[in-house]
Amino acid sequence: MTNDQMTHEMSLVLQTKGITKRFPGVLANDHVDFDLYKGEIHALLGENGAGKTTLMNIIYGLYRPDAGAIFLDGRPVDIRSSKDAIAHGIGMVHQHFMLIPVFTVAENIMLGSETVRGLMLDQRSVAARVRELSHQYGLDVDPDAYVRDLPVGVQQRVEIVKALYREADILILDEPTAVLTPQEVEDLFKVIRALADRGKSVIFITHKLKEVFAVADRITVMRDGRVVGTVRPQETNEAQLAAMMVGREVILKVEKGPAHPGEEVLRVENLHVFDDRGVETVRGVSFFVRAGEVLGIAGVQGNGQTELVEALTGLRQPHSGKVVMLEHDVTGKSPRSIIETGMAHIPEDRQRYGLVLPFPVTDNLVLCTYYLPPFARSGMLNHEAIDENSRELVRKFDVRTPSPYVPVSKLSGGNQQKVIVARELSRPIKLLIANQPTRGLDVGSIEYIHKVIVRMRDAGCGVLLVSAELDEIMALSDRIAVMYKGQIMDTLSADEATREQLGLLMAGVKEEQDAIAGQ
Amino acid sequence: MSISADESVPTTKAKVLKTLKSAINAVLIPLLAVFTALVIGALIIKAAGGGPLDAYKGLFQGALGSLKALSETTVWATPYIFAGLAVALAFKGGLFNIGAEGQLALGAVAAAWVGYALPDVLGVTLPAVIHVPLAVGAGMLAGAIWGAIPGWLKARTGGHEVINTIMMNYIALNMTSFLLNGPMKDPNPLNVVARTPGIAESARIPPVFPGLRFHWGFILALLVTGIVWWVLWKTTLGFEIRTVGANPDAARYAGVSVSRTIVVTMTLSGLLAGLAGAIEVTALNYRHELGFSVGYGFDAIAIALLGKVHPLGVVLAALLFGAMRNGATRMQFLTQIPVDVISVIQALILLFVAADAIIRWIYRIRAREERVVLTRGWGG
Ligand SMILES: Nc1ncnc2c1ncn2[C@@H]1O[C@H](COP(=O)(O)OP(=O)(O)OP(=O)(O)O)[C@@H](O)[C@H]1O
Ligand SMILES: [Mg+2]
Repeated sequence: MTNDQMTHEMSLVLQTKGITKRFPGVLANDHVDFDLYKGEIHALLGENGAGKTTLMNIIYGLYRPDAGAIFLDGRPVDIRSSKDAIAHGIGMVHQHFMLIPVFTVAENIMLGSETVRGLMLDQRSVAARVRELSHQYGLDVDPDAYVRDLPVGVQQRVEIVKALYREADILILDEPTAVLTPQEVEDLFKVIRALADRGKSVIFITHKLKEVFAVADRITVMRDGRVVGTVRPQETNEAQLAAMMVGREVILKVEKGPAHPGEEVLRVENLHVFDDRGVETVRGVSFFVRAGEVLGIAGVQGNGQTELVEALTGLRQPHSGKVVMLEHDVTGKSPRSIIETGMAHIPEDRQRYGLVLPFPVTDNLVLCTYYLPPFARSGMLNHEAIDENSRELVRKFDVRTPSPYVPVSKLSGGNQQKVIVARELSRPIKLLIANQPTRGLDVGSIEYIHKVIVRMRDAGCGVLLVSAELDEIMALSDRIAVMYKGQIMDTLSADEATREQLGLLMAGVKEEQDAIAGQ
Repeated sequence: MSISADESVPTTKAKVLKTLKSAINAVLIPLLAVFTALVIGALIIKAAGGGPLDAYKGLFQGALGSLKALSETTVWATPYIFAGLAVALAFKGGLFNIGAEGQLALGAVAAAWVGYALPDVLGVTLPAVIHVPLAVGAGMLAGAIWGAIPGWLKARTGGHEVINTIMMNYIALNMTSFLLNGPMKDPNPLNVVARTPGIAESARIPPVFPGLRFHWGFILALLVTGIVWWVLWKTTLGFEIRTVGANPDAARYAGVSVSRTIVVTMTLSGLLAGLAGAIEVTALNYRHELGFSVGYGFDAIAIALLGKVHPLGVVLAALLFGAMRNGATRMQFLTQIPVDVISVIQALILLFVAADAIIRWIYRIRAREERVVLTRGWGG
């Protein structure tokens, strides 16, 4: 390599050329050229199933490409495992489950790169280094804390520290903001910027266009396994990006007429619920949902929404209070008896509750109805009906899967979510309880699912929508209840509610006159 | 992502091809495990001063070399199939039934008692069409109860089924020993061993061919294999069992009663193990004797694993283990290599199947890609 070339390619830290990856029946990456400069924050956008995660897994050595090459600092490299990737200074932060909950932060960080002095693991020097990194990048973590006690946002920070501890120069973040609170997102962005300022490069996958404009230096959009284009945020806007991703215009605003509420389908009275650690996270909540209306529950995550929904759907025993659903007292009843009153539930944790990952898409689409006709008759499954059902739903909800018979674990994250939504929205129901229904979905799919929810409302279904996305809450709700520290701060009519007002309520600030007029 | 047209609408041909491909994939590791274990076994025989080729020839002859050898192999394989299905069914439901041994023993005891004592107790002679099903049914019932107890304990108290089935084994095996040495002991003054009296003629399933020990139990075992497969994949109960096994949280979410399903799964598993014991008594030995069944229930765990927890795989694994156990005697007779070598080989097979990374490493087979995916969560 000549000197001239070297200076020219200095700033290009990572480059992929013609990366192609085929899974049975799917071309997940189709000649992908992607590059990353030193000190750059590079956002990766694309529809669900576009091939973003696949590309990152290839760079991180989890998959081998069928064709193409990866260059680091201009030199071709062969990355055969994540160990190789780490050795090459590449770090990847996955969303969940990569930390061991019963270990401390320092122990988790040491894992796999154990620093040994004599026969003892050298915990102290690790802790010191962690403190140093925390300080350097504004990543506030306590090395001695146990991971199980940390909120998701902090766990993610631990993951970043872990990558930095292993001297990563390139950091891959796959949908890091999907589970973060707005404040945590802010903090994450600060960290990412600090990293970039110190010469590290960041690849950042997201479905939220606003975030791209807030933090990215460059944006690459993928569709159908190919790169559609790379743009700078100054040169584009949300609508244009959305169109690039989906290949058509996307209506970012939901169109809906006024609600015509009917009789009550859900009534919650003075509900108290404890979480797994015995903390009372729902502290006396009362509200109602009527047929034909959407009640949105806004609030920063972790204010009791999870436990509230679990108690309503039978997954968690409430401590006290009353839940009446479609005229049945279902307090503390089993999930099946609650489902059979006519309720559908889109769970927050899709891989824990919503799906049986090794099962094919077909079976996952009848997870709650497998025992009812036409899917079963006198205890025997009717596979023809099950297959027919899945063909219809896969088409209707645009689930991208090579065939309905592949295990749902092989689908991309967003397409897994679509399987759940399709299943829950396709039954005749009178009440929908949706917790983060569009988390991880691309803009096109969000548009479609919002339309379906509005259509169901108009057909007389009551909807309880729990979402951390204020935009989603404001777009869909007819009334908005704000939850803070296990209580409903206030319930507002959606026409009157403003962002500022909701923001204050979500932060626990209640204006004087509301305090008197409310309740 | 683009989808190739041939995959989106599966034609019959594509479906058959796919099934074939996944079948080959499924048996590849077990086959290589068996092969590798045989190679290592050969080295052991060599080290012990024997001739591996002669030994394996003896093994093969003893297992498959004649009509009689084949018949004996099926005799060995029959309880292996039943008990292997028992363990595999529990595995499918996410449960580890180590108690097949005890369930099998009690099944044999119950079938034997009904076989020799019931007519006297009732003071009637029973026709075979009633007596045989009664004896077999009693064995199934005994096994089912013995499986249901740890299932119930798990569902009610969360007590781990591994610990509880082991405990139940102790109880069952000691109880059997007590019964066969005491109240149920064959009163024939010439008898010195712990065994029951022979069962009544009316409780015996007659042999299929005169002169061969091949018995109807083997045919029944194949039939039951089909039934287990059918239950698991074609019925709502099977759907529930598999869902609870694969993701109990999702099962609960979907409205499946997890505790009920656990009890049902363990009951069915125990029932199959009990059937293994009952068939040994009614179709083969016509009595129960201590020492007849030792180890079937434990080998069944290996068989279920080797068979990849699939009913069809269980049959193949059971035939393999049956053939090896059966051929071992002839091998010892011909070459003086102790039968224990076969136990070593069987243990190696199991080791390789359980720790398939070893086999993948030896033969440079890449892990199926889903195994390396570490991402779980929203990033998908
Ligand atoms: N291990 C696998 N086996 C088979 N197919 C797979 C596997 N992993 C991914 N795919 C397929 O490859 C395609 C691309 O998936 P990928 O996860 O890269 O999408 P993505 O862009 O990350 O989507 P999302 O935004 O939904 O997370 C999908 O159609 C998916 O079904
Ligand atoms: Mg993804």
